[in-house]
Amino acid sequence: MNIANLFNNYEEAIAMILFGIGFSNLLLQKNLIKKIIGLNIMDTATYLFLALKGYIDGRKAPIVVNGVQSVEAYINPIPSGLVLTGIVVSVSVTALMLSLTIRLYRRYHTLDLDEISTKLKKEGL
Amino acid sequence: MQFVQNFPFITIILSLFSGPLCSILDGKKAKKINLAVISIIGGMSCAVLAFVIRTGEAYVYRMGHFSAPWGNEIRVGVLEAAMAVFFCVIMLLCMVGGVLEREKELEESKANLYYVMVNLLLCSLLALIYTNDLFTAYVFVEINTISACGLIMIKQNGRTLEAATRYMIMSLLGSGCLLLGICFLYDLTGHLLMSNIQEQVQILHQTGQYAMPLLVALGLMSVGLAIKSALFPFHSWLPDAYGYSTVSSAAILSSLVSKGYIFLLVKIFYRVIGFDIVRDSKVINVLFVFGIAGMIMGSVRAIQENNIRRMIAYSSVAQIGYIYMGFGLGTTAGVIASIYHIVCHAATKSLLFVAASGITDASGESTDFFELTGAGYRNKVAGIAFSVGSLSMVGVPMFSGFISKLLFAQAGMASVHKMLPTLIALAISTILNAVYFMKTVIRLYTPVSRSVIEKKGYRTITVNDQKAKSAALICFIILNLILGLCSEPIIGLIQSGLGMFA
Repeated sequence: MNIANLFNNYEEAIAMILFGIGFSNLLLQKNLIKKIIGLNIMDTATYLFLALKGYIDGRKAPIVVNGVQSVEAYINPIPSGLVLTGIVVSVSVTALMLSLTIRLYRRYHTLDLDEISTKLKKEGL
Repeated sequence: MQFVQNFPFITIILSLFSGPLCSILDGKKAKKINLAVISIIGGMSCAVLAFVIRTGEAYVYRMGHFSAPWGNEIRVGVLEAAMAVFFCVIMLLCMVGGVLEREKELEESKANLYYVMVNLLLCSLLALIYTNDLFTAYVFVEINTISACGLIMIKQNGRTLEAATRYMIMSLLGSGCLLLGICFLYDLTGHLLMSNIQEQVQILHQTGQYAMPLLVALGLMSVGLAIKSALFPFHSWLPDAYGYSTVSSAAILSSLVSKGYIFLLVKIFYRVIGFDIVRDSKVINVLFVFGIAGMIMGSVRAIQENNIRRMIAYSSVAQIGYIYMGFGLGTTAGVIASIYHIVCHAATKSLLFVAASGITDASGESTDFFELTGAGYRNKVAGIAFSVGSLSMVGVPMFSGFISKLLFAQAGMASVHKMLPTLIALAISTILNAVYFMKTVIRLYTPVSRSVIEKKGYRTITVNDQKAKSAALICFIILNLILGLCSEPIIGLIQSGLGMFA
């Protein structure tokens, strides 16, 4: 293992650190909104990683302008496509989570998931 | 190319478009369309199954105008087609069995939304079964999660909302891991199609390059799918989600949703990485340990539970543990046992959930254990069905659970290091299963005096009161007996299907 690699590929390292931050926030935070923020950090970190993998130094986004059709001119478009798909997925999941949060908040007037659990136990449903 | 080869694609598209269609119809029509769609898809999948058995080899179906390695593909073999048929059968029986509860528990104006979710769920399950593209698999995993969440929360009370939130959180952690694993693999191999990835992974494995990232990718994908299918330490969301949602949802979630993820994991093991490499990695040992822990802990928690629905839910944790233990053995025999257990558990657990709802109907709608005394006499079909399900889960010969336990034990015997833990865990888990299932069955058939029944207002339910549910239960019992008595052809089917995976 070479520590220098970590600094040479600092972008990937940052993406992984962000993923860790998002993952632990989604898992450990009690507040539902903070959990959702964690989810978005986690997803965005994955997209950063994907985008980095498709990027080739000195080339442009894969949109044909001025009739340049050479493959050499553009970056790899597939990761960008995957990122777009991923964003769509994460938007819909976030919307679903937010709507669940609103429902729970209207019912229990709190965003704390543990507090909601204790209230549920008191209700004894 | 024959016309029947288009059927897998048509089934996916049919269920996908019938979802939005249901959203503009009222509840009754949506229900009819849903039942029709599931039946048609079941029939088409039967035709596909007959076709692949006849030709004896898997075929690849190109999606769109680009061929591999650029385009998207569907791949159909015996195992995929058989799973599609089986999932349709189970889903149809679950929907029929829970029709009364749905009418009671869902708001009239929202009833059609339930069928939107079920259709989308079926679509995503079919896509997970058939797809040959990892990123497509990820997208449909998410669709599966969202529609499963909808199925939980459509019965509106605090419990289901909280359960849906917890389910979403755990599922999203799982899909985050899965997505990162897929990105790693794409980064290492440059492909998204399963067969192309496998070629590259084999080369990487032979040259010894990138051994660590490959292991990390495999680990991330395994953990992600294990979280989503509620392997033992990640099961906290499961009892609430299964225990309080409407009965069709609970049956579908426990028997199909988690199985879809496990089937994807089998595909990743066999078609993406290659089972030899998976065996050499240490990942399967981790799955083995957590599988065994789940087998025991799930049963222990089930014994402590006083709510019959939650008890069955905890039993699911134990059964998922069995499946992962089978993977952990690292032999083809173990995987065959696991796949047989997927089938067996799906048939039995949905039977138990539907039967439990029939039993609670005869006990004043209470799921509390002490209210169920003598319910086997008040609702005869549900009582018999629950007993059959219990006997099957415990592993009594004649029923499906026996065969899968036998297969696990045989697979365990062939493994040198894992023989003892497998057999001991099987023995302990069987005893624990027997404790809580037999406890329930004995309670169901403990007579109570007439005065108690009248005082508590229990009603007696005959077949005519609940025709749909009784019919579904009888079908489930027959299915269970078929799986238990004629297991040879099914095991042969799984074997040849796994052979086509390579």
